[in-house]
Amino acid sequence: MEDVYIIGAGIHPFGRTDGRSGRDQGVFAVRQAMADAGIDWADVGCAYGGSAAAGSADIMVNELGLTGLPFINVANGCATGGSALASARNAIAAGEFDVALAVGFDKHPRGAFNAKPRDYGLPEWYGQTGMMLTTQFFALKIQRYMQLYGISRETLGRVAEKAFRNGVHADHAWRRSPVDLETILNSPMVNDPLTKYMFCAPAEGAVALILASGKKVRELGADAVKIASVAVRTRPPGSFEVFAPSVDIENGGKPTILASKAAFEQAGIGPEDISVAQLQDTESGAEIMHMAENGFCKDGDQEQWLREGRTEVTGKLPVNTDGGCLACGEPIGASGLRQVYENTVQLRGRGGGRQVPGAPKAAYSHVYGAPGLSGVCILER
Amino acid sequence: MVQLEPIAANLWTNEAEPALIGGRLPSGKIVFPYPSGDAAEGVEPWRLSRKGTLWSWTRQDFQPKEPFEGPEPFEPYLLGYVELPGEVIVETRIVDAKLEDLKLGMAMEFVVAPFDATRATYAFRPEKA
Repeated sequence: MEDVYIIGAGIHPFGRTDGRSGRDQGVFAVRQAMADAGIDWADVGCAYGGSAAAGSADIMVNELGLTGLPFINVANGCATGGSALASARNAIAAGEFDVALAVGFDKHPRGAFNAKPRDYGLPEWYGQTGMMLTTQFFALKIQRYMQLYGISRETLGRVAEKAFRNGVHADHAWRRSPVDLETILNSPMVNDPLTKYMFCAPAEGAVALILASGKKVRELGADAVKIASVAVRTRPPGSFEVFAPSVDIENGGKPTILASKAAFEQAGIGPEDISVAQLQDTESGAEIMHMAENGFCKDGDQEQWLREGRTEVTGKLPVNTDGGCLACGEPIGASGLRQVYENTVQLRGRGGGRQVPGAPKAAYSHVYGAPGLSGVCILER
Repeated sequence: MVQLEPIAANLWTNEAEPALIGGRLPSGKIVFPYPSGDAAEGVEPWRLSRKGTLWSWTRQDFQPKEPFEGPEPFEPYLLGYVELPGEVIVETRIVDAKLEDLKLGMAMEFVVAPFDATRATYAFRPEKA
């Protein structure tokens, strides 16, 4: 397969933007990405994109221009962005196009997501009795993990503290003020052991990435980063996932472990080669568990890693350098692409106050979502 | 005393010592709840164990949006997963306990508990010593 590169990255600030639709935020991000890449809409050969709650992406052609390009709507829950990216990359790798767009955007109502049992093939009583909440799943997963591997509540707090500290330096972040550990630990409990400041909130935002072939990169003299691998995987048997009235007694694998392994294999590198990582941090516990599931540390080592600041911007493995979901909020369709956007910024050395020192060479991103799927992308400079 | 209606039919058995109704797949694997529609083909109803151990837990501290139908005013409630040995790990309400009582691996037993003024749901509680 031909190598594929990211040559343009655009983002609409995350958070709340009253009076601008999710799709208009998407158009904003696409225009910024095209300006960054130094191309026009007419240069884009094909496009993939979508949202979870803000409509179809292909209608963007009304604003961007009726060039006749194929524009594929992607609707893949939390992996919408990752799937758009994988598809755009494959279209170029297959040699069919030289320039492709991957775009994701969203705009959610305030408050926790309220999923409908029927949409997930589940009985009504599961929702009626109050067991079908994503926040509960995350609390239940980290509660067990903390007991098994000795993770403290303070470590959960440190993850959130780092997120808000990093968000201060990210123009696109929603929460841009530091919050101290004490406040995080003492904020109202959502689902024990997770407090309000340890959870991300549904939000709004958009990200667009322009992908190109090597030929196009040379032609444009673009400031490009290489997509070393993209892998999207769904859950294997025996994994514990969101919205599960029951779990197999035989502990199986996890979609994140599968996606991570596939991405590292494709890229031909290992966790020790990664200089910066964006890991799904729907809440503090998720970041902790995903550090291990993605192969960066052993179960339980996170306690020491966080205490020693190893995942700070200046640490051995900086994690969630723009504050992640905790500081940026979670517009489902855009969230996975935000991680890739942030890695592109870091590899190009444009991170400003949050730039990882020492010219990072390999960047890792990981998204996780319902009903048990995971997407990993590795970029190289 | 008013007789409470089960929140759903065929969720637990109608007998003196009721138990959850799961399913046994042709492969021997036990699932919960008993599947519906085409997924039920070849699945044998399976009376699940009334005793198990606590696998994980949390407390719901904010009032969920619909489809939640719990009584007003909202009261936080406990929920978790209970491992039924050799069968399956089921998600369940937890009653007759406080958050600080709950410990990984503690013995739990099945109980039918009031859900609101007219309906009952299933739950587990710490096994009485």
